[in-house]
Amino acid sequence: MAAAAQAEHLHEHEHPPEPHYSSRVSPSVLGMFLFIASEIMLFGAFFTAYFFVRVVNGVPWPTPPYHLPVYVAFINTCILVTSSFTVHWSLQSIKRGNHFGLQAGLLLTFLMGLTFLITQAIEYSRIGFNTSDGAFATIFFCLTGLHGAHVFVGLTILLFMTIRAFRGHFSPEHHHGVEIGGIYWHFVDVMWIVVFTTVYIL
Amino acid sequence: MRNPLRSETEAFGFVLVVLVGAVVIIGAAYVNTWVGVAAAVVVVAGIVWWLFREPAETARQPKLASGTPAGTHRVLILAPPGTGAVSKPAAATEIVVVVPALASTVEALTGAVDDRRADAEATAQRLASQLPHARGEVGADDPVLAVEDALREFGADQIVVVGDRQTAELVRGRVTVPVASAPSGNAV
Repeated sequence: MAAAAQAEHLHEHEHPPEPHYSSRVSPSVLGMFLFIASEIMLFGAFFTAYFFVRVVNGVPWPTPPYHLPVYVAFINTCILVTSSFTVHWSLQSIKRGNHFGLQAGLLLTFLMGLTFLITQAIEYSRIGFNTSDGAFATIFFCLTGLHGAHVFVGLTILLFMTIRAFRGHFSPEHHHGVEIGGIYWHFVDVMWIVVFTTVYIL
Repeated sequence: MRNPLRSETEAFGFVLVVLVGAVVIIGAAYVNTWVGVAAAVVVVAGIVWWLFREPAETARQPKLASGTPAGTHRVLILAPPGTGAVSKPAAATEIVVVVPALASTVEALTGAVDDRRADAEATAQRLASQLPHARGEVGADDPVLAVEDALREFGADQIVVVGDRQTAELVRGRVTVPVASAPSGNAV
């Protein structure tokens, strides 16, 4: 009897330690910091290769006779930048309780992201060089492909956000899913602006 | 350092900043590739400076007001861990001793604050046991934040900051409640 009571008493206290964290940095902010740090390192590695090939080795950019589709890339940039505005609009809408704005904003963002990715895939098929055609081609596909992979991940997140928006999961009080997904999408947008400026313009 | 991706709104602002930077680089590169490279260096330096600049909204934050039920005079004592003794503030009917779990930056970032919280807890309980109608609480790892949290949770008519006068000044800048400072080891 006493042993059973003791076992029950022990069982009552068998739980993980009470979670606590620094109130100076909340877990979500710290997570975002770590995520950004890892992404910067990832893209940084590819940019290092890019500058090494172009500046240190002096490889002409783009290497003749190839040409980069600057105009199409510029249109794609406009589409992606616009999608940042629409995702921002969707968040501002749900903060004001406007569900139509949320749904329309997320749907437009998803469609623009999809357009960007499809356009990039079409350009890949028509660009006239492949990954094995020298260091220039390899770095070009690596940098734009890495970003494309991020767009794909962002689209997956956006798809879930949009489905949840149409199911009425978000409210002016609870829209954390829109905010975090939006941050990721803006990050993808910022990275594209940097990739476009570096690879296509400079 | 500013975290440009702390919230969606800030991330959107960061998109605009990067967009403006890109437009500058593209315009310069249109003139000459090397002018574009120089513009890129300047823009990147500018964005790094912007990231390291302290956001101005901290200064614009409204001060915290606080109040307690009529007939009570609640005093909030902020004492650093290891404080030996505090004396009872005059006219206090209730006392809340808040001891911030002061942690290093690495400890705060990694959440390894167990030992610091234990130290703060021991100090809070010891000081509370020395005073009538007092209880001890462990606060955040930032003293000012600890006071803000306590005010939101308990309310107070007066705050006494033990030890560091600079901390007292910082607290004064954040709250409308009267703030007094007291030397360490012998408060009030």
